[in-house]
Amino acid sequence: MLRLSRNPSADTAMKLAAVACAMFAFVFVVMVPLYDVLCDALGINGKTSGVAYTAVPAAVDTSREVKIQFIATNNDGMPWGFRPQVTELTVHPGAATDTIFFAENPTQLPMIAQAIPSVTPSRAAGYFHKTECFCFDQQPLEGLASTEMPLQFVVDQDLPKDIRTITLSYTLFDVTTMAGGTIAAR
Amino acid sequence: MGDHHHGPAKGLSRWLFTTNHKDIGTMYLWFSFAMFILGGTFAMIIRAELFQPGMQLVEPGFFNQMTTLHGLVMVFGAIMPSFVGLANWLIPMMIGAPDMALPRMNNWSFWILPPGFLMLASTLFMEGGAPAFGWTFYAPLSTTYAAPSVTFFIFAIHVLGISSIMGSINIIATIMNMRAPGMTYMKMPLFVWTWFITAFLLVAVMPVLAGAVTMMLMDIHFGTSFFSAAGGGDPVLFQHIFWFFGHPEVYIIILPAFGVVSQVIPAFSRKPLFGYASMVYATAAIAILSFVVWAHHMYTVGMPVAGELFFMYATMLIAVPTGVKVFNWVSTMWRGALSFETPMLFSIGFLVLFTIGGFTGLMLSIAPADFQYHDTYFVVAHFHYVMVAGAVFSMTSAVYFWLPKWTGRMYNETMGKVHFWISFVGFNVTFFPQHFVGLAGMPRRVPDYALQFADFNMMSSIGAFVYGASQIMFLYNVIATIVSGEKVSDEQVWDGAEGLEWTLPTPAPYHTFEVPPKIDATPAHG
Repeated sequence: MLRLSRNPSADTAMKLAAVACAMFAFVFVVMVPLYDVLCDALGINGKTSGVAYTAVPAAVDTSREVKIQFIATNNDGMPWGFRPQVTELTVHPGAATDTIFFAENPTQLPMIAQAIPSVTPSRAAGYFHKTECFCFDQQPLEGLASTEMPLQFVVDQDLPKDIRTITLSYTLFDVTTMAGGTIAAR
Repeated sequence: MGDHHHGPAKGLSRWLFTTNHKDIGTMYLWFSFAMFILGGTFAMIIRAELFQPGMQLVEPGFFNQMTTLHGLVMVFGAIMPSFVGLANWLIPMMIGAPDMALPRMNNWSFWILPPGFLMLASTLFMEGGAPAFGWTFYAPLSTTYAAPSVTFFIFAIHVLGISSIMGSINIIATIMNMRAPGMTYMKMPLFVWTWFITAFLLVAVMPVLAGAVTMMLMDIHFGTSFFSAAGGGDPVLFQHIFWFFGHPEVYIIILPAFGVVSQVIPAFSRKPLFGYASMVYATAAIAILSFVVWAHHMYTVGMPVAGELFFMYATMLIAVPTGVKVFNWVSTMWRGALSFETPMLFSIGFLVLFTIGGFTGLMLSIAPADFQYHDTYFVVAHFHYVMVAGAVFSMTSAVYFWLPKWTGRMYNETMGKVHFWISFVGFNVTFFPQHFVGLAGMPRRVPDYALQFADFNMMSSIGAFVYGASQIMFLYNVIATIVSGEKVSDEQVWDGAEGLEWTLPTPAPYHTFEVPPKIDATPAHG
């Protein structure tokens, strides 16, 4: 057994101090990344992938229809106007579908926003693929300007049969002060 | 120091520079009692506001500061340091050691505590007020929406954490290296065993708490986004990290209490502890299980069903080793020559009320049912049954039990019994009705409530004032014992008490077991 000191008590103490330091590091290097990996892998929390999905050619399953609902919410204190072009679409699994969200900056100052998606039911998160999304990037907007933000998605053919409605919700955050270019969208 | 024995130094420097485990234990105990009074004062303000529906005494913001500080001060200031003080006094005397293994670190781990709490209490007088986000300080309440004083709170938590870790390292080093020859692990008194396991829990999870508050600090001041969804983080992550610390923490609080009761009940039953080995294994089992049940505090957060089921079954499993302990205590009393001195009364009170708290815990562990109980007064009632009637009753029992050994004077038995009965009745009047208002839907952490809860809340408040006042009687009894209690010179003090500390002279001299005692071959008495 490794001995760190000739005094047995000091030896025990140093080993335990090392354990304490290791547990402190454990929080940062294991728990935080593991949480993100698990949420991504299992689609827990309704988290969808933060990167664009490369569509694989697949047959459109015209025998099924899935209702997609869109919700746009502003985070507390966010002054922007933010709404989907349509609140509801019916799609066939496998078919790429386009839609648009509108954003408007009513203030005099340029601002930067970040939209955070969430899918309900969370089980569907892994089957809802976004090939193009404004949520992948931060959205800068000049004062009093407005914009159209595109979204293209495909619902996977393997979506469990019992899921007939998927709700996609976006929350818009004001990231003007924290925007440093390193903020990853998820 | 040479060969001559010397007593304590004179004056204030005795306490500032002491490395004596008894002095440090005494300081821990007095400090934790001061914190108990402070946290109790906050509780009285809470109960006074809740005496009637409507807003009477304090602003809602201040009310939130009171609930937050009450929880923090009681958990980190009163209960935890009181058991560390008990460990300091008793562990060396129970295992035949002359002192703690690392006496200078021992001094340091106590003396950083008062500045830590001064820092926490000073937030009350800062602009924006003290932390008001509950003792669980969930993000983003504690990050985005917190008062500026949150930074002081974070550093206070760091200081308390460092103190706890140093104290635990010391306890483990003492138990591993300082036992008298012949004192094998399976001969150690159960109080030593429970603290041994508790100390490992502390070393494992206090750094996790430090990590959580460090992330808060970075989110608030350095632009990271651990808990902010806007930057790719997740507030739910905070809850996972917090409860990964928080669940072992509740066993950190209760395991030493189990240890105390396992010393007191055999002494007044005049029988060895029933099932010593199973007690040790049950304690270890509880400690290990505590790492895989944390998410039962967050059933409503939106976990997958598989997760809910896992945490539900794992939580229910804890009832098995806990049940082993409760049955062992009852079996120890079975056909014993029982007598009901104050320490025994508090231990039996612990046994009955802690078991009630355990059962409500089982109710809360049922995930589908928890959706109704979550964040109601039912939860408040549950954890006060295990924290107050569990930890505090057991701590009170310990003080009455060992006070004659510490001071060489006997406390006033009649006043002790009166203290017990007022505490017992006051406690139940306070917290039993909270089960009902909780089930009926009264949320916790509210300064005002719907009218139908008025009667039960008034009862609760009256009970709380009675319980609070009875602690003044406790303080008086302890001081009167130290100053003018009837002298005890019998080493044994209690005729049924077993263990090395009872072989020492009464009062215990400043230095004990400078020559290790001889341990006979008889099995442990618990």
